Amino acid sequence: MIKLLVIAIARILRNMGAGMIESVWRLGAGARLFFLTIFYSGQSFRRFHLIMREIYFTGVLSLLIIIVSAFFVGMVLALQGYNTLQKYGSSEAIGVLVALSLVRELGPVVTALLFAGRAGTAITAEIGLMKTTEQLSAMEMMAVSPIARVVAPRFWAGVISMPILAALFSMVGILGGYLVAVPLIGVDQGAFWSQMQANVDFRLDIVDGLIKSLVFGVACTMIALFEGFDAPPTAEGVSRATTRTVVISSLTVLGLDFVLTSFMLAV
Amino acid sequence: MDRTTIDLWVGVFVALGVAALLGLAMKVGNLTSANLGPTYSVSAAFENVGSLKPHAPVKSAGVVVGRVDSINFDGLKFEAIVKINIDQRYNFPKDTFANIYTAGLLGEQYIGLEAGGDEDTLKNGDRITKTQDAIVLEKMISQFLFSKASETKTDNADVNPAPTAKPLEKKAAGKTLELGDPGF
Repeated sequence: MIKLLVIAIARILRNMGAGMIESVWRLGAGARLFFLTIFYSGQSFRRFHLIMREIYFTGVLSLLIIIVSAFFVGMVLALQGYNTLQKYGSSEAIGVLVALSLVRELGPVVTALLFAGRAGTAITAEIGLMKTTEQLSAMEMMAVSPIARVVAPRFWAGVISMPILAALFSMVGILGGYLVAVPLIGVDQGAFWSQMQANVDFRLDIVDGLIKSLVFGVACTMIALFEGFDAPPTAEGVSRATTRTVVISSLTVLGLDFVLTSFMLAV
Repeated sequence: MDRTTIDLWVGVFVALGVAALLGLAMKVGNLTSANLGPTYSVSAAFENVGSLKPHAPVKSAGVVVGRVDSINFDGLKFEAIVKINIDQRYNFPKDTFANIYTAGLLGEQYIGLEAGGDEDTLKNGDRITKTQDAIVLEKMISQFLFSKASETKTDNADVNPAPTAKPLEKKAAGKTLELGDPGF
């Protein structure tokens, strides 16, 4: 009886240990891929059209979903904010509320979540399938580094696209909030913009938001690349890697957001 | 999709991003209103600055003419030394009065300048000597209560030697002092 219990506990401990070793190994492999990517990015910058192509796929094709969701997020923010603010007779502060929540938080975070779902999954699936069909091995046979040819351009495309998408998200969201607050609800137009301008700081709000989106861009793209690169070369492996990309990217973005915000607000 | 089309779309994408950033900086942020052009700096000592913060506006007649640069504590005189930058286009007399006001009931605090009548004007590095501190709500309430209490006491002593005799009149006398009164 006791022997059985010991065996069961040992199995649980073994599983935990294996999981721990596996996650540390993956973290190390991810970091290694990251440094290799940085190391090889000189080569990909020399062939900039590769990066341009990837910016087209990750950035330009994400425009529609980013703009439409930003518009709705801004409109909902204005509606909800007005509902509460008017109780305190300060419905003119709606502009500040919409702008600050978009520029500081929702712009970078929601963009990163959408980016992980729209572009991150595509990157993982593409690289995973390349690995499955042995295209990556074929490149290595031709003395072409897959990291320089496949990984680095996608990495830099993601890092460049994210801040642009986040800035667009914030701006379109504020326009959406404006449309609801001013023509629909009837908040004074001058108060809407002037209160916003008085309370949104360029350095402390807008630039910090952009820094956030840059960090999220690095994290999301790197996770997507690593999951694709690390996927078992089977149909099931690629599908699992794609799912993991979304889950891990989203959790990482939310966690990083807390860390970054606590640093930025502390200063 | 050939290369020129991709280049075009990426160009549109980047241009949109730059436009959004410019829009944020100009229309949403205070980048345009923040830079006042050339400024000169003067300082003022306050016994209490309340919750005044650096970058708070300095207004005269309600118009922003400068910004608070820094707030430091003078350990010798136990005062707050506020450095303010004023736009060089505006010259204020030497006996300008600096007050700390609050925008609205709960709003941010700012410095209001009231021009005096002196011929000389403030120069870079000068000190404003006439200042008025921020209003601290607790102080104000305690002053109000104190003055009210002393007033009712003197009322009772003059009009009504026995305090318990006419409670109605006492109540009325206490009520005359209200927020708009000069005694307040």
